[in-house]
This record gives sequence, structure tokens and C-alpha cells, in this order.
Amino acid sequence: MSHRIKPMIVAAAAALCIAKAAPAADVLMNVSYDPTREFYREYNAAFAEEWRRTEHGAVSVRMSHGGSGAQARAVIDGLDADVVTLALAADIDAIAKKTGKIPVNWQGQLPDNNCPYSSTIVLLVRKGNPKGIKDWDDLTRDGVAVITPNPKTSGGARWNFLAAWAYAEKKFGSDEAKVKDFVGEIYRHAPVLDTGARGATTTFVQRGIGDVLIAWENEAYLALEQFGPEEFEIVTPSISIKAEPPVALVEGNARSKGTEAVAKAYLDYLYSPAAQALAAKHFFRPSHPESAAPEDIKRFGSLDLVTIADFGGWAKAQPRFFGDGGVFDQIYEPAQ
Amino acid sequence: MLREVSARPVAPVPRPRFARLARRRSADAASARRWQPPTTERPLARWLLIALALGFLGFVLVIPLVLVFVEALKSGIGVYVAALADPDALAAIRLTLLISAIAVPANLVFGLAAAWAIAKFQFVGKSFLITLIDLPFSVSPVIAGLVFVLLFGSQGYFGPWLSDLGIEIVFAVPGIALATIFVTFPFVARELIPLMQEQGSGDEEAAISLGASGWKTFWLVTLPNVRWALLYGVLLCNARAMGEFGAVSVISGHIRGVTDTMPLHVEILYNEYAFPAAFAVASLLALLALVTLSIKSFLEWRHGASLKAQRSL
Repeated sequence: MSHRIKPMIVAAAAALCIAKAAPAADVLMNVSYDPTREFYREYNAAFAEEWRRTEHGAVSVRMSHGGSGAQARAVIDGLDADVVTLALAADIDAIAKKTGKIPVNWQGQLPDNNCPYSSTIVLLVRKGNPKGIKDWDDLTRDGVAVITPNPKTSGGARWNFLAAWAYAEKKFGSDEAKVKDFVGEIYRHAPVLDTGARGATTTFVQRGIGDVLIAWENEAYLALEQFGPEEFEIVTPSISIKAEPPVALVEGNARSKGTEAVAKAYLDYLYSPAAQALAAKHFFRPSHPESAAPEDIKRFGSLDLVTIADFGGWAKAQPRFFGDGGVFDQIYEPAQ
Repeated sequence: MLREVSARPVAPVPRPRFARLARRRSADAASARRWQPPTTERPLARWLLIALALGFLGFVLVIPLVLVFVEALKSGIGVYVAALADPDALAAIRLTLLISAIAVPANLVFGLAAAWAIAKFQFVGKSFLITLIDLPFSVSPVIAGLVFVLLFGSQGYFGPWLSDLGIEIVFAVPGIALATIFVTFPFVARELIPLMQEQGSGDEEAAISLGASGWKTFWLVTLPNVRWALLYGVLLCNARAMGEFGAVSVISGHIRGVTDTMPLHVEILYNEYAFPAAFAVASLLALLALVTLSIKSFLEWRHGASLKAQRSL
């Protein structure tokens, strides 16, 4: 056996050395949330091209995707992100607070509250809308199964929650007990809570579970594009929330890696006309719609949008709704 | 079990020992059925059992496995090859092979050492050590991943110290290797301990009393005695190391092309609606496992006799 073990060890050691020795010009790491995969794949190529064109040299961007909360957790635990492009400000706040690698006043360092693109929350139903779902209150009807991810781990799920809350507040006014009851009823119709938005989409789209998916608008359009309009329909509710997924530089990491300049440029380029058009192409609502192709903009339905400011900002909304013992913990009991 | 059942004659001639009993039975009643030894099932029961086992196997194992290959090749061989030649897929394959190249030898050494200590020596806390070795089997792999994040993550116990030294463990290759080693730790040790315990230390005592050194005894006596069980453990360990998902998922950070192993890459592709590519990578992973099992079966067939002799020692 000895002559069999030795070559294995040598091979493993050699492989390790190769892995370590791989040189790189400029390598950025973008830690992002679930539904941005397709957008950033194209954006990274566009940015690398731009970086080369402006004679800065070669840059390659590594991506990591997952539920927004889980991704923030990974950065806190040491995932070496140069930039984070997450689903909501609260997750970036958490990184800033726990690690100090992002300044606490990060929001505002870039235009539009650090949100180069936004989205909203819509409802995706099966073709022909067999359950006749038109608005949020249809989700609480008997026999309607709702698919939405877990707000504890998914940023998109928190937007979903707040969009439903906004509808209930409009309907019931300041009667918070009724509002809580309504939103709780929606979650009682959820047979499963996935950890991320993409997981919830696959549950609905591929595994065929549920009658309606509460989803990012961009995620819903992507599912429509992937599976064809003969499978699903998008229902735009009467009211929803302007979902703002922000981006930020992880200064602590970028500085120690010496990638600060290129990481900054990477984020700035998100606001360029080319990138804005790309965002619209991937069903995000660009912060400068005039840069995008008009036919891309036309696809978005118009609806009443509340913003996170109506909830007092994430600094207030996060602990109130999603902290331990918060509103979500009070109203959520798993469906039977 | 199948082999044993089918090898038994259908209508056996009663052996002399049973002859009297058989005669009495057949004389017993007019409704007497054909005599059969009490240790053999009736044909109906036998076929039912076999059908049940085969049906279950087919449903749970064969159909899903075949489906993986069918789905992988559905869009044509060109798509299949392209999916595997994708740089991220290649990186995932490389990483998976690298991780098992680290985890398997490590567990081979640890497993051998642990089994050797447990089987050949008496010491306090031995049964506790055996229980400890089984721990990775009973603990969920997710916990294994989380534990290493807690230990070596930048908020963890050793995190700040490690990052001062510039050592990356979590969200890098060492972390993935550690988690894999943890999860696959028992395979080699578990295979060796019972065998070495059965074998006792007589051979070693003889060797030492004849003047062999400790090392010499190990290389020339102990190791040859357990070589087949060791190989068995290594193959099982390897199959699991390549396929591990839970522990690795927690600790990998999911950086495409860098810390994604094959199982993680399959999930990513699936989540990106790239089904043919997801199944292509999945089929390769399945193929690697099948190759491992084939090697194991081949060795069993080729060296069956010595293996059996060793195991029944």
C-alpha cells in the first residue's frame, strides 16, 4: 500500500501548489443575491471590456449568489467580497455594523441611495390564472397556495412581506391587528418557505407547487422568458413596494487586496447608459430609464408603489418586522 | 442474499438426518404438501421477495440514475460536451478531484491510526473514542460546515488570528477540505476496526518476538492483513468525498469557478434554469461514483476469496 499512498500525497501537494500559484491581474469578487445572476453575467463582461478599452488592463469578476441574508452572513464570516450587491439595505447595514469593513454611512455614497436599478414585487400565476388571482386579498382565499421565500434569510421575501403589508394598511387603515391578521393569513397559505428567491421560483416553476408566486418583478419576467408565456402569467397587484437592491464597496476587503480603484469603477459603471440599458434588458427598472431601450421600459406595468421610507427606512423596519420576536415571528405559524 | 436463495436447489433431496422426519410428515395427512426443508421459503414467497426488492431498487435507484443520463444527453452530445468544457464546470471538476485527493489520503492515515490504536492496544476511554469516530455519521453535515465557520470564520474563535497571518480557511480550499475530511472520517476507520479487533494482536506479537521493529511489523504484518478492508474504506470514502454537499455548501461561499465543487455546481446550474448543463455535470458525478463502485466490485470479484477469508477471520 505504501507505494500507492505516496504518489497520492505528492499529487495532492502538487495540485495545491498549482491552485495557489494561479496569478491574476485584477480579480474582483461580487457577492450578490439570487436573481441577479443573468444580469451580472452580462454586466461583468461589459465592464471588463470597458476596463480594457480605457486601458486599465484586464479584470475578471468572480460571482457568488445566494439568499441575500445568507450572503451578508458569509461576508461577515469572512467571504472576501470587494463589492456587495444585495437585495436590501439592511443586509449591507449588518455587514457594516458587524465588521466595520463598510462605513456606516455607506448609503448615499453612490447616486439614488446606492441603487442603480430597482424592481418591485408582483404575482406570478399559472397560465389562464385558474384561481382568478387579481390582487393581494385573493392570496388569503381558501384553497390558494402561496409560494414565497423565508423573510429571515431572503431579502426578496422581506420586500414581499412589506408589499403585502402596504396593501393591508391601505385596506384596513391604522388597525394594526387587522393588518397583522391579513399578512399572517397569507403566510398560513404558504406550504413551504424557501431560503432564497430563486429557490422559491424553482419550487413554483419547476416543481409545480403552489398557485401563486410572490416574486421580484425581474424574477417573474425571467421565468416567463425561460418557460414561455404559455406556462405562466404575471399579475400586477394594485399596490406594491419599490424594491431597492443597493450596492456597496466593501472598503475593508478592497483596501487590503489593493482593488479599491477597480471596485469603485465597477460600481460607478452600473450607472452608465450601457449598464442601465442592460439592467432594463434583464427586467430591472433602471434608475435612468431614458438610457434604456424604450421597448424594454414599456414592459413594466404601472402600479402604486410605496417605498421603504414609508416604513421608516430599513434601520426601523428590519428589527420591527424581521428581528427576533418581531412581527413576522408573531404572525408566522407553518401551514398545516 | 439473492445469490444464496437462487443457489439453493428447488426440490432438495432430504438429507439422511431429516429422512425419518420427512417420512413421518408425508405419511401424516392426505393434504400433505410437497416436503421442503424448514430453512427454505416457498417459491411464491421467494419470487415475491425478489420482485419486491428488484422493484424497489428499480424505482429508487435505477430509474433516477438512468434519468440523470437521459436528461443530460437529451439536448445532444454537443450540448453535453460544451457543458462539461465550460471553464466553471472544469474548475468544479478540478476542485472536486483535488478535495478528494486531500480528504482520502488524510482519512486513510487517520483511519488507520485510529483503528490500529483501538484494535491493538488497551487504554482508558477506548469506547469513547469509538463513539467519537462515529460522530460524523450521526451529525448532520450542515453542522460540520457551521462548526468550521464558527471556528475559522472572521467572527470565529481563530478567525482574527488567522487573518492576521494571512491564512484563508473558510470560503477557500482548506475549509472545504476540512469539512470533507470531517464528514468522511469514519469510512476508513469503521471498515478497519472490527476486522483488526477480530484479528487480534497475535500476528504482531509473533513478529515482534521474532525481532521485527514496530514499523516493520506494521508494514509486513498489520497492513497486509487489512489491505482489502482498507481499500474498501478508501473507495467508500472517496465516493462520499466527491459527492458531499451539505457541509461544503455552508463553508464554500459559492464563488463560481473558485470554491464550487461539482455537487454545488450542479445546484447552481439547476437554479439558473440550465438543465442540460446541470444534468451533464450530475451525470459525470454519477459516473465517477459508478466507476468507484465498479472498481470495488471488480476487486471483490478478482480477490473475493482472500477478501472473504480476511473478513471472516
